[in-house]
Amino acid sequence: MEEVATKSQKTKAKTTMSGAAALVNCLIREGVETLFGYPGGAIMPVYDALFDQKDKIKHIMTRHEQGATHAAQGFARVSGKVGVCLATSGPGATNLITGLADAQLDSTPMVCITGQVPGKMIGSDAFQETDIVSISMAVTKWNIQVTKAKDIPNAVAKAFFIARSGKPGPVLVDITKDAQFEVADFEEYETCDQIRSYVPNPKLSEKALDDAAKLINSAKKPLILFGHGVLLSNAKKEFQEFVEKTGIPAAWTIMGLSALPTSHPLNVGMLGMHGNYAPNILTNECDVLIAVGMRFDDRVTGDVSRYAKQAKVIHLEIDPAEINKNVEADVPVLGNCKESLAALLNKVNKKKHDEWLTRFKELNAQEEEKVIKNELNPQADEPMSMGEVIKHISNISRGNAIIVTDVGQHQMVAQRYYKYANWKSNVTSGGLGTMGFALPAAIGAKFAAPHRQVIAVIGDGGFQMTIQELGVIFETKVDVKILLLNNEFLGMVRQWQDMFFEKRYSSVDMVNPDFQMIAKGYGIASEKVTEREKLEDSIHRFLNHEGSYLLEVMVGKENNIFPMIPTGASVSEIRLE
Amino acid sequence: MKEQFTLSIYTENLIGILHRVTTIFTRRHINIESITASESEVKDIHRYTIVVSSTEDKIKKIVKQIEKQVDVFKAFYHKNDGIVYQEMALYKMPTKLLSQTKEVEYIVRKHHARLLAVEPDFTIIEKTGFKEETQELFEQLKPHGILEFVRSGRISISKPMKEFQEYFTEVEEASRM
Repeated sequence: MEEVATKSQKTKAKTTMSGAAALVNCLIREGVETLFGYPGGAIMPVYDALFDQKDKIKHIMTRHEQGATHAAQGFARVSGKVGVCLATSGPGATNLITGLADAQLDSTPMVCITGQVPGKMIGSDAFQETDIVSISMAVTKWNIQVTKAKDIPNAVAKAFFIARSGKPGPVLVDITKDAQFEVADFEEYETCDQIRSYVPNPKLSEKALDDAAKLINSAKKPLILFGHGVLLSNAKKEFQEFVEKTGIPAAWTIMGLSALPTSHPLNVGMLGMHGNYAPNILTNECDVLIAVGMRFDDRVTGDVSRYAKQAKVIHLEIDPAEINKNVEADVPVLGNCKESLAALLNKVNKKKHDEWLTRFKELNAQEEEKVIKNELNPQADEPMSMGEVIKHISNISRGNAIIVTDVGQHQMVAQRYYKYANWKSNVTSGGLGTMGFALPAAIGAKFAAPHRQVIAVIGDGGFQMTIQELGVIFETKVDVKILLLNNEFLGMVRQWQDMFFEKRYSSVDMVNPDFQMIAKGYGIASEKVTEREKLEDSIHRFLNHEGSYLLEVMVGKENNIFPMIPTGASVSEIRLE
Repeated sequence: MKEQFTLSIYTENLIGILHRVTTIFTRRHINIESITASESEVKDIHRYTIVVSSTEDKIKKIVKQIEKQVDVFKAFYHKNDGIVYQEMALYKMPTKLLSQTKEVEYIVRKHHARLLAVEPDFTIIEKTGFKEETQELFEQLKPHGILEFVRSGRISISKPMKEFQEYFTEVEEASRM
């Protein structure tokens, strides 16, 4: 009877199988070839089903569920596909929270599947029971608990659609163990492409585009700020053409980095707290500010009440909730950046802004003199700087690597000084600032792009937060290069204690283990560099080594990162020293 | 300036959405003064009415954060002059107070309240109106001995004539793109 009642009036083929087998089939149908996870009691039926599909889905067992989330994020960022993780109930599920929060803030498409205790035990404080749906609510774009096998395909289809559409984000699907075991009849899997309450792609407003184009065409001192939205919407061509046609200098947020090659003549550098001098100062001098796929994070704006008040603001953004959230937009252009930019391209005039660009060059020269020169070429008697290490890495890899950074001083240095030549080549934890992100994210990135060089740049603090993921490299032989910039401090916290807490160094001194021995224990080739004379040769060995390699470089212990916008200061109060 | 706002939120009828919506207030340290949830005029779509005090600027942002939730169709906010609203209160009194003296009966009549149930031991009085009105009745009954008191959350209907059905159709069409 039911079959007769289907819309198409056709008898749909049905297959009888367990919920777990159905889940794995759904994942295959969603194009998942690699997933990251960790088994445990409540997810065992799914692992059993994976055993049957080993030739179709590669499961990478991380050494901690947090590692699985970051690996899935790294995979998603580089591939543009949805990253997938698998974990058991209870502690397995709660260990996903940091990665979910990171993916939520950085708009990374991710689907996490957790096992849950059997439906009849829910609410009884059963072994390894945790209310992960409630716990994860604040850090997911959407989540759901499934208690019946027959509901699995629909939940998975919605999960993938929500994760990747609109402003992407993390989704969690919690499946009870009995639903995984339960045998049911399943129809052919259908992907989801519409949810009636959800508008992922706002319709472009012709009027907004006209208003934006008018402002852009009449601007004398315009500035483009570009963020993750350019990368997420795959607007590579549209964005570069827009920049080149309008001749407008463009500055990046760390999430937008690598959307335009670093060496592009109109790329004027990094925004925000440790960004470049010129784009920060000139944010408060420009007449039209064109924000493309970025969300005016406080690390970008500094004191928002003194941010670009003189400028007319155009905001190209897919998420209506971001419009006027931090900075008021004079012309909001709602929509997918790729479409907005393509539409704007036809409306803007070809122009040059040579005089205005000269202002950037003048300020650049000041930053070069006061900061960059010394960071990249320290005096012979000075310890090695992080900047000079990154300079050599950049030169020797010709800017072609994917750089995956952790969080802290080394992150800022890597992003400031690596000359990114290629699209989607920067993977970092931007919004959440998750220490421990880089190692697992680099593993995920390498699985997504096996033919590209992937370099994880990590400090001695963050390395020890997810160091267990060396086990994945050991087991899978995945070729991740690990650059450990060791200053024997939690460098960024130390810098703040130096500048704002009268140098009272509280719990920032790192008592480190012998990282070379740790690498050896995991069968990973390594070397440690303590002298500048040996640095370049070591980097050649590091990058040319077949397989993973740990290069530990001992850098200046108390170097500070400049420029810097102190908390509460305006972008134009950025300090060079 | 802080003032009272009433939000009307239309959602799918699914477990967990109310939680998603309320945490948007919790996170911003805004206390929910009253909340009601019921079916709306559109089949399968639920409507929450939430009353909070905040600034209009904050409320505008909150409404967008609520609409951002995948299973929420639409959220509106209104000031008190933009809606017609009501609350209901129930008062449980010992029946002997009504049978033995005229005073309670007089108060009930004066406030146009009605007797919902009369049992040998207790009587339930019902009053619909603004919070000030149900509160005034409470104050007057209290000296006589109230056994239990409860007030509902606000329910409200907006004054503008556009029906939710129209918004619903718009959202549904936009979701297809």
